[in-house]
Amino acid sequence: MSGVPGNNACPAWAQDLHGVLVEQNVRQICHVPDGGNAPLIELCNRTPAMAVVTLTSEEEGVALCCGAWLGGERAALLLQSSGVGNCINVLSMVRTCAFPLFAIVSMRGEYGEFMPWQVPMGQAAPVVLGAMGVIVQRVDEPHAVMPMATAAAKLAFDSSVPVALMLSQRLIGTKRFVQ
Amino acid sequence: MTQQHLTTGAVRPEAALHRRSLVMRILEERTDALIVSSLGAPCWDLAACGDKDINFYVWGAMGSSCMVALGIATAQRQRRIIALVGDGDMLMGLGSLATVAAARPQNLAIMVLDNERYGDTGNQPTHTAAGVDLEAIGRATGFAATMVMRTEDDIPEGKRLLFQVAGPVLVVAKVDSEKAPMVLPPRDGTYLKHRFRRALLGTQAM
Repeated sequence: MSGVPGNNACPAWAQDLHGVLVEQNVRQICHVPDGGNAPLIELCNRTPAMAVVTLTSEEEGVALCCGAWLGGERAALLLQSSGVGNCINVLSMVRTCAFPLFAIVSMRGEYGEFMPWQVPMGQAAPVVLGAMGVIVQRVDEPHAVMPMATAAAKLAFDSSVPVALMLSQRLIGTKRFVQ
Repeated sequence: MTQQHLTTGAVRPEAALHRRSLVMRILEERTDALIVSSLGAPCWDLAACGDKDINFYVWGAMGSSCMVALGIATAQRQRRIIALVGDGDMLMGLGSLATVAAARPQNLAIMVLDNERYGDTGNQPTHTAAGVDLEAIGRATGFAATMVMRTEDDIPEGKRLLFQVAGPVLVVAKVDSEKAPMVLPPRDGTYLKHRFRRALLGTQAM
């Protein structure tokens, strides 16, 4: 589906999301390295049609997506729920200028979380995104990834609004300490 | 390595360039370059050189103008992109210097108008007044070309870096903190977005 060879070890949800990004002609991908989104980031890194920009903070990615749109390209921001908090003020530019924003948020701080420091921002992420006018859509089930991601991308780019697709820990797996 | 304190650190008043006339002289070389300005005085400076559809004024979202410029530069690799930013904006977005350096856009140049002050909020000193050296930071992050402009003699080399040299380029101009006349460009964000895209992309923009 994703058009990238050698995906055998890659989870189906990541392949589905990558396929949607390709199909929706998303040309710029930005992210802070993130365990949840890691398989999707890896697929994007192996896609020549995508420019992948690594950020120091997620707020840079919001601004990059605005610039990409000004330049005539579609972009997507891949981030972890903890990075949502870093984005808040820059989202004022998205709202004021009616830029599209397609964000894919890998969740922490919920379903089976072992790390208490992840819980406050994970729980607040949908609330603060909503407060800034971002439309939040949550995916829990593998079979829903492709239709919901396609719908979220269309909503963002065709209606020029900010949309965050939240990938629950039930979908992507609960993080464990790795020795 | 020995620090060259004569060429870094706080501005000496007699060496500061006149801000508005510097921007006007620099932008004489503009041709079709796309320009993003950060909030406050850089927006007024850019508008004072003539409001254009291919100017994008970031009126808020402090610290993000270089990243807006990087997004445009990545999409428009055949065009020159200039980010015209204040030192306060650059300090708030210091991480974006590292991100731009790592992304290595050959068509992006950043010009910092460094008056060592938060001019919009009462002229409080920024960290550059305490000696924080933005040009040295840019050099350390791996910008392809960097320089500090302090005198009129530096202007031709500054123009060359900003418009001709393969980027990413960082030019820090030490400027005075005199208040230039406020020239207000449009503030409506959707208008600024649409006219920029229409000028750049034509009918496919809408």
